Amino acid sequence: MSSNSHAHDSSTYYVPHSSPWPIVGSIALFCVMWGAVTFLNDWGSAWSFLPGALLLLVLFFGWFATVINENQAGLFNAQVDKSFRMGMMWFIISEVMFFAAFFGALFYARELSVPWIGGEGVKVFNKLLLWQDFAPTWPTNGPDRLGGHADGSFETIAAFSLPAINTALLLTSGVTITIAHHALRAGHRTQLSIFLAATWILGFIFVYLQGTEYHEAYTELGLKLSTGIYGSTFFMLTGFHGLHVTIGAIMLTVIWLRCLRGHFTAKNHFAFEAVAWYWHFVDVVWLILFVFVYWI
Amino acid sequence: MANSHTAHDAHDDHHGAPQGFMQRWVLTTNHKDIGTLYLVFAGIMFFLGGAMAMVIRAELFQPGLQFVDPQFFNSMTTMHALVMIFGGMMPAWVGLANWMIPLQIGAADMALPRMNNFSFWLMPFAFILLLSTFFTGGGAPAGGWTLYPPLVLQGGDSFPMAMFAVHMMGASSIMGAINVIVTLMNMRAPGMTLLRMPLFCWTWLITAYLLILVMPVLAGAVTMLITDHFFGTSFFSAAGGGDPVMYQHIFWFFGHPEVYILILPAFGVVSEILPTFSRKPLFGYESMVYATASIGFLSFIVWAHHMFTVGMPLAGQLFFMLTTMLIAVPTGVKVFNWSATMWKGSLTFEPPMLFAISFLFLFTIGGFSGLMLAIAPADFQYHDTYFVVAHFHYVLVPGSLFAIIGGVYYWLPKWSGHMYNMTLAKWHFWLSAIFVNVLFFPQHFLGLAGMPRRIPDYATQFADWNAVSSIGAFGFGLAQLIFPYLIWSCVRGGEKATAHVWEGSHGLEWEVPSPAPYHSWSEAPAIELIERGAAH
Ligand SMILES: [Cu+2]
Repeated sequence: MSSNSHAHDSSTYYVPHSSPWPIVGSIALFCVMWGAVTFLNDWGSAWSFLPGALLLLVLFFGWFATVINENQAGLFNAQVDKSFRMGMMWFIISEVMFFAAFFGALFYARELSVPWIGGEGVKVFNKLLLWQDFAPTWPTNGPDRLGGHADGSFETIAAFSLPAINTALLLTSGVTITIAHHALRAGHRTQLSIFLAATWILGFIFVYLQGTEYHEAYTELGLKLSTGIYGSTFFMLTGFHGLHVTIGAIMLTVIWLRCLRGHFTAKNHFAFEAVAWYWHFVDVVWLILFVFVYWI
Repeated sequence: MANSHTAHDAHDDHHGAPQGFMQRWVLTTNHKDIGTLYLVFAGIMFFLGGAMAMVIRAELFQPGLQFVDPQFFNSMTTMHALVMIFGGMMPAWVGLANWMIPLQIGAADMALPRMNNFSFWLMPFAFILLLSTFFTGGGAPAGGWTLYPPLVLQGGDSFPMAMFAVHMMGASSIMGAINVIVTLMNMRAPGMTLLRMPLFCWTWLITAYLLILVMPVLAGAVTMLITDHFFGTSFFSAAGGGDPVMYQHIFWFFGHPEVYILILPAFGVVSEILPTFSRKPLFGYESMVYATASIGFLSFIVWAHHMFTVGMPLAGQLFFMLTTMLIAVPTGVKVFNWSATMWKGSLTFEPPMLFAISFLFLFTIGGFSGLMLAIAPADFQYHDTYFVVAHFHYVLVPGSLFAIIGGVYYWLPKWSGHMYNMTLAKWHFWLSAIFVNVLFFPQHFLGLAGMPRRIPDYATQFADWNAVSSIGAFGFGLAQLIFPYLIWSCVRGGEKATAHVWEGSHGLEWEVPSPAPYHSWSEAPAIELIERGAAH
């Protein structure tokens, strides 16, 4: 039994007695944010960022290690397991709402603000007085033609080029993780680790390809974060998605390593399922993104 | 199995509060300690935000500029709102939830105790970040708590600090809400069915859903502000194809549910207090639950009533006007049920009851002025005037705040094990109830006469009612000093409280001794207790 478990068995709900991780996490986040503020305000060297980030890393390792040890020691009963599941589910829902804000911005711009700037309906004076030359089409970088090439133009990335390949990669990874899950439940450990490895490898390939796409956008297409509303929505949506894929791929790697160490049983594998849910969530966000950002 | 169970309980009985400040208050995972931390933090923030309100009312006592320069005045209004909403109200409700929900549903603790502590400890750091803006070049944020672009983007060094502070508060709220939902859905004692839950649990359940659905949207809005300011995006700039009005839509998609986040738990507390001191079960328990859920749903489709004047298609104005007025229906159900609960009851007027009854009357006034504001053509006249200020202060101060104070007076003997000084608490009530009306009622007149909000100076025609309002503010502020003194002396000592504390109290929290032991309901309560406690 781990040291902080006291004399506990799984017949009752496990309540840990004390934990250093919350206060460590709060201090770490504060250091990171103070560093970011110092950097953004040009106050001088943003030194507190680094210890904050390191501490955050320690936090993740420490907190998860504590929970994993408790689980391996058999402290968690079915009710605790259910709490973790529900917690993860609601966390993912909150993530969905975070993306919803940016999709909302995309739809608002495409359906309302761009036509209005172009003089639609009662906003006719925008056309007559402010921006006579602006054609309200999508994609756009606005009447001032912000960002882009020197002449204000920019190109977009065709849906059925690299993004379609990326779609295939993510969909395949959704299949491989499902196969891994079935293997885990059937007790086929080799199959489990092969397909789990395939999943995180596919995830990192996706991130790499997104990186090359960004590189092309910046160096050749004139498509940047500052390229008007198109660049803003494009990079914020794909960027936050890419960040989530990266986090998801790291989580997949962690549970893959845990599988190699013999963690998880056919019945008891909350962490595996949580990561799988997260991965499917990232997958679904990509599909919506592919349709509304790249395709139509 | 049975053996190990008793062995475990015996072990737990030895287990009081841990020794040492760090163990007890910093590293804790105990829902009662975390609840206390939240409540103390909220109390400090209430007085800090209140001090800012005193600066505002001192400056507005008479026309002209007397005490502060306009920039600082605007910082005061902005920071007063941010501190009160995010530092006072929300942590106070989370604190009450932490203390009461496990006690009320027969759970040993919150479902995710470590995360519970994390939710709390993010808050002090978020407010260090927010409050240190006072010491930066350009001073604290002064563009209003709604953080509208383009004004907010012109802020000085305070801008990113406020943004990151909001991010931290949001993370705290989301984790707190997840904990509440999981606790209520997974930790209820056997026999504690959903429709046997006390209404405080029900209203908090709906509140937690709202929090999870809207706090991430605020985080998104704030993120877009940061990138617009520092990284060249054009979300809120027409030059690049965006729109500052888009920010208002995103913000109020969060902002309107947010006002229900502040008031729904108050509905719950009032629904606990009124039956106790009427010595009658709550009238229409189930309709209360459904009304709460309806309000929660409607709160997502009314947001643009905050922005009728910014320009919106006529269909949009009609839609948001009608949905907003629809909220009056479930709210009316609640007010009716509360009145019917008291009808022919044998009422006594202990301090919690006094606060609950005044909540009923004064919150309803705020509800009525809300209906006036919901009428789009009339709102063109009221928008951004003191009428709006009067409206939301009526729902927040004699609404939410009175419910928080009432809840503290209701449950304080359970927490401390002592009764408090009833006479002094009644003084607290009467002074609060009188001065709150002196403070906010004249602001209706000022607003209807055309006085704009968020200004440090005004035309002389508004002088008289402003002076009255300021006198009310000083009286109200002074009266609140009674509250911490009363709580402190009640914690220190006093007449021993019984387990039931109040003659008419029902529910599981009254079945544990007073003060509630450090670990309660390590073993689920007997079904008879749950049946006896259910309010209907
Ligand atoms: Cu509203």
